[in-house]
Amino acid sequence: MLAVFKLGNSVLKANSNLFERTGKSTVAIFKQLVEMFSFVGETAVAIAKSVIEPKRIRWRPILFNIRSAGFDALPIVGLLSFLLGVVVAYQGADQLRQYGANIFVADLVGLSMLREFAPLMTAIIIAGRSGSAYAAQIGTMAVTEEIDAMRTLGISPQEMLVLPKLLALIIALPLLTVFADLFGVFGGMLMARNQLDVGFVEFLDRFVKAVSPTAFMVGVGKAPVFAAIIAIVGCYQGFKTKGGADSVGRQTTRSVVQSIFLVIVADALFSIVFSLLDL
Amino acid sequence: MQNLAHHDIEKSQAQSIETVIEMRGVSTRFGEHVVHSDINLKINRAEIFAIIGGSGSGKSTLLREMILLQLPNSGSINILGINLTDISEKNALALRKRWGVMFQHGGLFGALTVKENVGLPLREHTTLSDAQIDAIAEQKLIMTGLKLEVGAQYPSELSGGMLKRASLARALALEPELLFLDEPTAGLDPISAAGVDELVVQLRDQFGLTIIMITHDLDLLWQVADRVAVLSDGRVQAVDSMLGLSSSNIDSVKAFFDGPRGRSAREQSALQAIKINDHLKDSSSKLK
Ligand SMILES: Nc1ncnc2c1ncn2[C@@H]1O[C@H](COP(=O)(O)OP(=O)(O)O)[C@@H](O)[C@H]1O
Ligand SMILES: [Mg+2]
Repeated sequence: MLAVFKLGNSVLKANSNLFERTGKSTVAIFKQLVEMFSFVGETAVAIAKSVIEPKRIRWRPILFNIRSAGFDALPIVGLLSFLLGVVVAYQGADQLRQYGANIFVADLVGLSMLREFAPLMTAIIIAGRSGSAYAAQIGTMAVTEEIDAMRTLGISPQEMLVLPKLLALIIALPLLTVFADLFGVFGGMLMARNQLDVGFVEFLDRFVKAVSPTAFMVGVGKAPVFAAIIAIVGCYQGFKTKGGADSVGRQTTRSVVQSIFLVIVADALFSIVFSLLDL
Repeated sequence: MQNLAHHDIEKSQAQSIETVIEMRGVSTRFGEHVVHSDINLKINRAEIFAIIGGSGSGKSTLLREMILLQLPNSGSINILGINLTDISEKNALALRKRWGVMFQHGGLFGALTVKENVGLPLREHTTLSDAQIDAIAEQKLIMTGLKLEVGAQYPSELSGGMLKRASLARALALEPELLFLDEPTAGLDPISAAGVDELVVQLRDQFGLTIIMITHDLDLLWQVADRVAVLSDGRVQAVDSMLGLSSSNIDSVKAFFDGPRGRSAREQSALQAIKINDHLKDSSSKLK
């Protein structure tokens, strides 16, 4: 009897522990959401100030960031989307051949690359490449007191560090997405000729008919939103860095995980919205 | 230089003593953890004021509150006649131009050369030409005892002592009235540290700067501090000269002077007394 009572007690304890932990992590998640929104708000204020007073915009870091996040990423984005195009065409080839619908490989590659794969893939590459770099750079600056120094020198870290990255990525990511479109479709085209005997001319002929400009615009149109997510999450995690060098690594990892997560969630939301709009 | 110093002292005695920083009832918490419970401080113009206390006693936090990096939970801080609670952005910028801060780890921007770092405040807040800014930056570098070649180097290429000097040069770029130093000699070899002593006194004497510093360095405290505030248990336990503090009865102050470091401090105090005697003899013989 006593044993049962004890057991019950310990189960209760374990339960309250579980509830307590659930409660605590819920609070933590909400706290972080609130913090993130206040960071977005601060960024919006900084943007508004720059719009009112355009001479505050720092062009040099913007150009620098376009080069490092955009131009320097061309090889990896090109290569990976080429491979993705190859894989999509290859996977589709078997099915299409069975139905003798070889030519529809252009639809498959064109629509899937332009609408989904190219923007998503590019965003994920850039989240891993530039989002992490933003978090690491700002995090290191926070640890070495550079952010504090900036504030005491009367320079807004938002204007100096966040806005140029945000703006640069919003410009660079759509362009990278177009680049990824090109290479993805090219990869699919090679595979179509190899596996399905669909020549380049045939492929392009069908491609132009199958893929509307809307499909292209839908894909490229998502890129600025992904760019904003990546830049803001990266910078936010950087500013949150406290303590020593190990904290920089932790925040960097967190920025990549969070921005990829949010990019995919945003992509899902886009799908819903586009299907409601019949796009 | 000696004359200048005397002149300044006379001047400051002639004017009534002016308070540049006043803290009243300042309290600070991080969550449950109370760092300051009731801090009251007054710092006068052209004095070298040191804040000491055990590690974690809230010295850096107090400094951060003075330089608008953090707000206290309650209490008021008044700097150069401006209240920091609810300060407008315009006033905050105006104040920031009137003080310089040397951070513990320098806080220099790694992406800029030393000279660009020193020139940055000028580039941001003045309309001077690039050539003028460079000239001023070089002058500040020399003033803080750095060679001109250092200007072209990046912060990562500098030694600890050079970093602190470069950071000081940047803090001085806008010719501030107040200078905040967080651990100016921590991590320096004794020779570099001694250089900092001289620099600090020189700045006060030549330019009438008010200097507020946090330090554990007993040598520095004995050599340069006019008054020293001892921070412990969230309060200012005592404010006095080092000589005054060394004979204090307050436990937390005595703790600072006990132990092996304290012993050398007591030796210092004896030494200092001798030095002062010598100095008096010196000046009296000069008078004759
Ligand atoms: N941002 C912060 N968040 C939480 N606790 C902090 C923060 N900054 C300082 N503290 C705590 O406040 C206390 C005082 O810190 P600090 O002012 O750095 O001390 P000191 O400079 O005297 O060594 C320490 O216990 C520290 O852990
Ligand atoms: Mg400290």
